[in-house]
Amino acid sequence: MAQHVRPRNTGLWDWITTVDHKKIGILYLVAGGFFFLLGGLEALLMRLQLMYPEQNFFIGATFNELLTMHGTTMIFLAAMPLIFAVMNAVVPLQIGARDVAFPFVNSLGFWLFFSGGVLLNLSWFMGGAPEAGWTAYVPLSGMQFSKTTGVSFYVLGLQIAGIGTLIGGINFLVTIINMRAPGMTFMRMPMFTWTAFITSALILFAFPAITVGLVLLMFDRIFGAVFFNVASGGNVLLWQHLFWIFGHPEVYILILPAFGMISEVISTFAKKRLFGYSAMVFATIVIGFLGFMVWVHHMFTVGLGPVANSLFSIATMLIAVPTGIKIFNWLFTLWGGQIRFTAANLFAVGFIPTFTIGGMTGVMLSVAPADYQYQDSYFVVAHFHYVLVGGMMLGLFAAFYYWWPKMFGKMLNEAMGKWNFWLFFIGFHLTFFPQHFLGLMGMPRRVFTFMGGQQLELGNLISTWGAIIMGVGTLLFLVNVAYTHMKKQPQAPADPWDGRTLEWTIASPAPEYNFAQTPRVRGIDAFWIEKMAGNKGMTPAEPLGPIHMPSPSVLPFIMSIGFFIAGMGFVFNKYLFAIVGLGIVLICMFFRSYKDDEGFHIDVEEIKETEKGARL
Amino acid sequence: MIRRLQHVGRMLPLLLMVALLLTGCGDPYLSALQPKGSVADMQFNLIKLSIIIMLGVFTVVVVIFTYVLIRYRKKKGDNSIPEQVEGNHKLEIIWTAIPFVLLIILAVPMVTTTFALAKDYSNDKNVVQITVTGHQFWWEFEYPDQKIKTAQELYIPVNKKAHIKLESADVIHSFWVPALGGKKDTNPGMTNYLWLDAKEEGVFQGRCAELCGESHALMDFKVKVVSQEEYDQWVAKMTKGTNKPANNAVLADQGAEIFQKSCVNCHAVDGKGGPAGPDLTNFGDRTTVAGILKNDKKQLAKWLTDPEAVKPGNLMIIPKLEEKQVDALVEYLHSLKRE
Ligand code: HEC
Ligand SMILES: [Cu+2]
Repeated sequence: MAQHVRPRNTGLWDWITTVDHKKIGILYLVAGGFFFLLGGLEALLMRLQLMYPEQNFFIGATFNELLTMHGTTMIFLAAMPLIFAVMNAVVPLQIGARDVAFPFVNSLGFWLFFSGGVLLNLSWFMGGAPEAGWTAYVPLSGMQFSKTTGVSFYVLGLQIAGIGTLIGGINFLVTIINMRAPGMTFMRMPMFTWTAFITSALILFAFPAITVGLVLLMFDRIFGAVFFNVASGGNVLLWQHLFWIFGHPEVYILILPAFGMISEVISTFAKKRLFGYSAMVFATIVIGFLGFMVWVHHMFTVGLGPVANSLFSIATMLIAVPTGIKIFNWLFTLWGGQIRFTAANLFAVGFIPTFTIGGMTGVMLSVAPADYQYQDSYFVVAHFHYVLVGGMMLGLFAAFYYWWPKMFGKMLNEAMGKWNFWLFFIGFHLTFFPQHFLGLMGMPRRVFTFMGGQQLELGNLISTWGAIIMGVGTLLFLVNVAYTHMKKQPQAPADPWDGRTLEWTIASPAPEYNFAQTPRVRGIDAFWIEKMAGNKGMTPAEPLGPIHMPSPSVLPFIMSIGFFIAGMGFVFNKYLFAIVGLGIVLICMFFRSYKDDEGFHIDVEEIKETEKGARL
Repeated sequence: MIRRLQHVGRMLPLLLMVALLLTGCGDPYLSALQPKGSVADMQFNLIKLSIIIMLGVFTVVVVIFTYVLIRYRKKKGDNSIPEQVEGNHKLEIIWTAIPFVLLIILAVPMVTTTFALAKDYSNDKNVVQITVTGHQFWWEFEYPDQKIKTAQELYIPVNKKAHIKLESADVIHSFWVPALGGKKDTNPGMTNYLWLDAKEEGVFQGRCAELCGESHALMDFKVKVVSQEEYDQWVAKMTKGTNKPANNAVLADQGAEIFQKSCVNCHAVDGKGGPAGPDLTNFGDRTTVAGILKNDKKQLAKWLTDPEAVKPGNLMIIPKLEEKQVDALVEYLHSLKRE
């Protein structure tokens, strides 16, 4: 029978078995942060190689491994989990929920991502990392041209991590649809929740495309199929279509939540409600929709003909319209406000002009015939780093500084945060701004060297120094985290920033059950409304009572070990391992289905005790 | 009319600034910002147009941004609560409509240029027909009408269009000569085409733009734009010419012998030999070895002694040659000059 006693897990075991969205958020943060540092290190090594012409530190296959692993790690193992970290930490609190819809699935999602990421990175020590680029274009990534097991690691690692992301996305869709507090209609949802919602929908539709591509590639590489083998009637462009049908929406999967984070931070620190909220929501939906209509702009030089190129070119240009709406709405949120320049807000405000540049080079790239010059040059490298680092990473940093107290109950150091911002911001622009020019001056991307005497020296040198400065900025963030958590300091207040949304109505860090009583929401910026009405907190929508909680489970962890073993088995053609691994997964699934989990209850006494201790 | 002129007048400084900022950027043989052909010209015009539009938008954003940040920063002691504005329909419509207009201004030349660049000149007798094949990590050039095969250096006459068929022998590469025009991929199992011309004689650098393996970075080639007479001469030499006698005929003969034994499986000279490596018929006329080294005795010897050290992962896999053999081969290969 089910466990009704309250389980008291501690230490490592608690982290492995937890199904609490707040703890899973922290797991995502730590794992994603680790991979982010790894990807950053790979980037720095590449920049060192490209600091001066014709250097010989990392050339040929080694450089290709670095560039492949940098891209793959940053997109799948750093950016995605860091987004999920914030979504886990914030979304349930913002909608007044006690947890996500499927806590077990949430935990499974994390562990699958993690085991996929570890599998992929083990390739470094087991015969070499993949070296066909994060885009893994066939036939280069096929067995004939990538003979090491590198790409097999890529194919299996990403499939496993991809299942994790997909179920994570579904979980958030259901959570946001079903678990909003009474009164929180869709058009009262905070902007970040809205973007998390659209992002989850994009995940649902985009990830299956790459999964199909990965499965085909896996069959080609491991079982000798010929989907991409031209000599046997296969087609190499099929991969590119599948990859970009996923790949383009992926950009919006990553950037939309950053839009949401920025919206929350700017509105809080301008002390104003978000200007043009409904236009912002509308723009988010339109961007998400159009995001699926433009993948061919990654393939303008593939030779699909002028009609396709023109149509996809126009579709791409259209995305500029909703994006522009967002930028002006942020500016007018600030207009007339009382702007406080906290570290979080510096990142958010710095995001605006930086992302504008990234968006504008995006419009330039959308012009198909001009793109014949930009495509696969450093201009593209500059563009997408403006979007992903200048956009998404600045958004994430803003989010960390802003929600850190809610996640950990401690405030990050503001002074260090400001240094963190300026170093990162200046380093970023030094790294990537010159790359626009390098591209136009004839430097292709993914090259391990360039020749002297072609006027490419200065840009590359500045770029490398910028990367070093950016690296120092990132390290400062780590120092800040270490300092914050080592220093004795009082527990952070529940509402340190004069916040506007529900997460600031509960203690920092949020108690296990989030809301002692589910709040009743009376409008957009629910907490702000109560503040303006002179109320101390939210009006509860229910009487105080025992709270039902899901029980922790180790099954997700074991399942992902099973997937990991199976993945290794497939990589090395040891099918016994594959069968054992998948067997473990099936057994876990059987247990999960067969054994009822009735969870447990936190009783009223304990809730009262916790609420009394909280610093509200 | 006058108002229009004023408008242009106001745009002029901006235009000048953009032109100054961009042109003259980079190596004239390599930079897309110093176009030397009609295709690159058209593309550069689009680049300039889009930059001007974007700079306009950026200026508006930055002006509002700076104003807002300075004007509305929180002052000490001011704890008033700003008015909670919901939005403004008029503004929303403005910043939705204006981008639409700007995009139309950009979209029209985009469409016309896209179609102009896609024109098929494969049946045009006044256009030079060339087939380009990408190999890991070198370029093969074939002139089917003249039955010429060569590598690394592409000859075209000035002011004349070239129709270029693009094919691949292995993985995807991308053919890019920034100063003459944008790139296009070479896809295995498919044929692409593009056209180019050059308005100036000279040598322009071409590169592979799609990651194609270990030595992708070194997959360079050259486009030699010459006068029509010079081009005709070159064609005549390549089709009917013979080789100059070597300086040291004895040594060269030794080299030829080694070549027939160890190299001819992969390299063709005068139409005889295998296709796995570049055709070496006019190798003595080339300015580079393998597209990247200077073609002199020392560098050629370096290549023959250890190709892997020059281009990692390249497919010229040969047993180690002795110094004497290398010297003989160098003499022979440099004698492959057409007359
Ligand atoms: C297994 C096939 C193979 C054999 C045998 C071979 N080569 Fe090569 N060779 C190649 C390939 C492939 C390249 C192009 C390398 C690159 O640039 O990536 C090449 C390039 C060259 C080049 C530079 C050509 C240019 O256009 O710049 C020279 C010169 C050359 N080989 C000489 C020789 C000589 C001399 C021998 C005999 C000792 C030889 N090769 C044997 C495959 C071969
Ligand atoms: Cu190539």
